[in-house]
Amino acid sequence: MNLRKIFTLYTVGFLGVTILLGLAEHFFDLPNRWIGWIFMGLSLGIYIVIGILTRTSDADQYYVAGRGVPAIYNGMATGSDWMSAASFISMAGTLSVQGFSGLAYVMGWTGGYLLLAVFLGPYLRQFGAYTIPDFLGARYGGNAARLVGVFSAILCSFTYLIAQVTGVGLIVSRFIGLDFNVGVFVGLIGVLFCSVLGGMRSVTWTQVAQYIILITSYLVPVVVLSWQLFSNPVPQLAYGKVLQLNNQSALAITRDPQEKATREIWKAEAAAADAKIKDPATSAEEKVKLTAASKTATTQAKAPAASDDATIGNYLTVPKGKGMWNFLALTFCLMVGTAGLPHILARYYTTPSVREARTSVGWSLFFIFLLYFTAPAYAAFARFSVFTKLVGSKVADLPSWVTLWKPAGLFDVVDKAGDGIVQLADFVIKSSDFVVLATPEIAGLPFVVTGLIMAGGLAAALSTADGLLLTIANGISHDLYYKVINPQATLVRRLTITKVFLIVTALIAAYVATFRLAIIVELVAWAFSLAGASFFPALVMGIWWKRTNKAGALAGMVTGLAVTLFYMIGSRFYGMSWFGTATVASGVFGLPLGFIVIWIVSLLTPAPDKATQDLVVSVRYPKSGSASAAINAGH
Amino acid sequence: MSELTEQQKKDYWRYNLRLTVILLAIWFVVGYLLSGLWAGELNKVSFLGFPLGYYMAAQGSLAIFVIEIAIYARLMNKKDLEYGIYEEAKK
Repeated sequence: MNLRKIFTLYTVGFLGVTILLGLAEHFFDLPNRWIGWIFMGLSLGIYIVIGILTRTSDADQYYVAGRGVPAIYNGMATGSDWMSAASFISMAGTLSVQGFSGLAYVMGWTGGYLLLAVFLGPYLRQFGAYTIPDFLGARYGGNAARLVGVFSAILCSFTYLIAQVTGVGLIVSRFIGLDFNVGVFVGLIGVLFCSVLGGMRSVTWTQVAQYIILITSYLVPVVVLSWQLFSNPVPQLAYGKVLQLNNQSALAITRDPQEKATREIWKAEAAAADAKIKDPATSAEEKVKLTAASKTATTQAKAPAASDDATIGNYLTVPKGKGMWNFLALTFCLMVGTAGLPHILARYYTTPSVREARTSVGWSLFFIFLLYFTAPAYAAFARFSVFTKLVGSKVADLPSWVTLWKPAGLFDVVDKAGDGIVQLADFVIKSSDFVVLATPEIAGLPFVVTGLIMAGGLAAALSTADGLLLTIANGISHDLYYKVINPQATLVRRLTITKVFLIVTALIAAYVATFRLAIIVELVAWAFSLAGASFFPALVMGIWWKRTNKAGALAGMVTGLAVTLFYMIGSRFYGMSWFGTATVASGVFGLPLGFIVIWIVSLLTPAPDKATQDLVVSVRYPKSGSASAAINAGH
Repeated sequence: MSELTEQQKKDYWRYNLRLTVILLAIWFVVGYLLSGLWAGELNKVSFLGFPLGYYMAAQGSLAIFVIEIAIYARLMNKKDLEYGIYEEAKK
């Protein structure tokens, strides 16, 4: 059977099972827990089977999937490699809460692919190495550049990995009711089976399967809602109307006297808490609690529209001044970071040719676009469901899911005014993740849709974890051990080391994840600035300017990384501020500096030898030089 | 396979550079001006029921990025054929 047939059958099969489960829920009252278990068991089972079927111990297969992945499948694999738990679970929520400013994520995480397409993807493929540090080592001669590359790759990938593992734990504990720590380890089985048995080859085909699950599950709830409301199956077109309806609701709620009264109660509560904080008799412990309470109360006291007679809600307002600077800076950091993340770049080593690498970047962005282009619609429909289904209903009639979701800590409904009616101000949002996870239930869709969302979230987290784990383990075994420590190592030994490090890294990540550090989410956003500032200048200059030499690249990578880290830590913990730039956008300083340093230091030091310069020129012309042959001969 | 002459190499690379610069210029205008600095002004115009500035940032720019990469891949792949520099796909 060919690939297309296999994946068509697979997609139809997956949809079929979902429909069957929906029927079983409708007619036989299949319990929710069961639906959760079936979705999890089924999807993990598929990933494990793919892992076993595609196992390999051939170097080319293990590191770069035999460079035989057709453009469209590499596009899907990149899509799920790229879209993490954050894209799937959190992005729509961020949009719903932040409004226009949140769009920096949508644009940043897509616009970066153009940079990847024109500056890096096809050239890296032509160069034909195994890993990104491998390219740095070959281009800049010697081990120094390679080691800086390994260090940055692990720095960017590891925090990102912990976030994925945390995502797996959350999903499993919320939907199946397993303990968070158990959930983390259950999820890891799915990841390790693939990467250990078949390296890049298994990871690639699992990621394709995961992409199909994640995109289906993201689209289903919004398409169904859009159809119910407007008889229009394309939510991306219909949601302009939803935005307008939401604005009307927001204005109505702002004017409503009952809502106003509830907001006043919150306001008084916030004031009371603030007064107590100022009281010197209050203990430090108490103060922390009061600060949190005051923050919640202040948020709840805020009206959804800026004023009674505003024609447009603040949801769509474009930021000005510093807000606009941060919006643009963040968009820029996310774009460049996207083009500098090693686990994504490595995917373009796996296509059969330069031509396919180019086409593949296009497919990647198309598949990612499908989800990101839906996210703002998802956010709008979620707000709409809250406004129309939740607000105004009787507290006594609240459906059971409200109580069921309580332990998950996403949101809370409190009858502040004691009037028995749910006001918007009674809906306390604790995590904007509720948008993707709970909207199907807020909107009254069957539980099978929620189960589908669970399978999708799991696929998103696991597929990204797969790619990251492999990047870290290959960095250690191929670049650090084989290329630097023991160049005589046999293939069997190298692969064994990779496998050991896959398991060790996964266990360390799972262990760190069990601490549930709040800082992790923030660190993930930082990874983009770090990747952008460390890799992007050295890779782009290395490909595009033959005069770039080892000294320049090293100085540029270290400066970019150091300046970015300096500003991150300074602005986050010590109140430093350059032009009012937010910590997430730290790369906006390190990145241009990295380029300038590479340029100046390269010019001040001797040019690279002729062979290296010829290599750089030959990479411009597909198959014209011996670049890839020369590099591969070393393996 | 025949080697490219110096002139051919120059032409091919110049074509690539020109295409890259044009695509990046569009990328900048769409991503940072229309969806960023000028979005406030554009919001006064309505498109498909959306304020245009918001629409560009939420959907329009994304679609344009996809189209840009598709154009890049298509034109460069065609150029490769024209110059006879491409690998036979491995079976």
